[in-house]
Amino acid sequence: MSKKIGVIVFPGSNCDHDAYHAMKHVMNVETEFLWHKDTNLNGVDLLIVPGGFSYGDYLRSGAIARFSPVMNAVQDYVKEGRPVIGICNGFQILLEAGLLPGAMLHNEKLRFVCKNVHIRVESTHSQFTSGLQKGDVLKIPVSHGEGNYFIEAEGLQNLEENNQIAFRYCDAHGEINEDSNFNGSVSSIAGITNEQGNVLGMMPHPERAMEPILGNTDGITFFNSVFNELHIA
Amino acid sequence: MYKAKVNITLRKSILDPKGKAAHHALQNLGLNNVEDVRIGKFVEMNIAAGSKEEAYELAETACTQLLANEVMEDYQIDIE
Repeated sequence: MSKKIGVIVFPGSNCDHDAYHAMKHVMNVETEFLWHKDTNLNGVDLLIVPGGFSYGDYLRSGAIARFSPVMNAVQDYVKEGRPVIGICNGFQILLEAGLLPGAMLHNEKLRFVCKNVHIRVESTHSQFTSGLQKGDVLKIPVSHGEGNYFIEAEGLQNLEENNQIAFRYCDAHGEINEDSNFNGSVSSIAGITNEQGNVLGMMPHPERAMEPILGNTDGITFFNSVFNELHIA
Repeated sequence: MYKAKVNITLRKSILDPKGKAAHHALQNLGLNNVEDVRIGKFVEMNIAAGSKEEAYELAETACTQLLANEVMEDYQIDIE
């Protein structure tokens, strides 16, 4: 049976069509939208929680979306060990839902940042990054005002010990420094997985870096890694 | 009917860049005696409860379940 990807649509999601396009038309995998009021995930093989401003980011980014009916199904899906990728607002929603540890603060310099940045692969211990090499540098765009990842010292230690840090912001040469950590994230963190390795949250948008006409195809490198491990496509 | 007034602020250990920016602006105004500024959220809830304690408990549930994210925020509840 052919594999299928689901993209959740919340009120205020705005990268849902980007994700759908990237999966269906660039990666050529059957893809469907799942409405936030759906209570089952139609047996999808990979779930994407896309970026945007679900519920207008009222209260805190992702805080209200956590209570959408579909999130109960997402919790069960994660418990079954099935793969979920949260991108940007999707990452924020997964944090608020307790599916990933930590929280998002406003960018340290309070500015919304929309540009290509570089991220370095820090761990290949997840279902998503095992097709990459530790130290690989990807150029992926970010677009967020609240991407300043925060976790207390003990939590950070757990992330490090369990190889849960998937990506760190770096410069074009893979060096991590103050300038490359443009939003002030703890330990330059750009993406993390849960302890089981089946949930990934990342602030950068790989689905926006899929086509030569857009000037950046590093997103394909990332999704090839994901699909290879999950035997999709 | 009770009124719950909730103040939510970033935990003290976390840098509050909005507060810091406002602090700079206040210094530019010449208000140099202002030594620190923290900016947070204020939430007011009317709560139907049998007692002040019950109202507090309900407000606390609201804070822990939704209004505050305890990873990064502290909350303080006053019941009137």
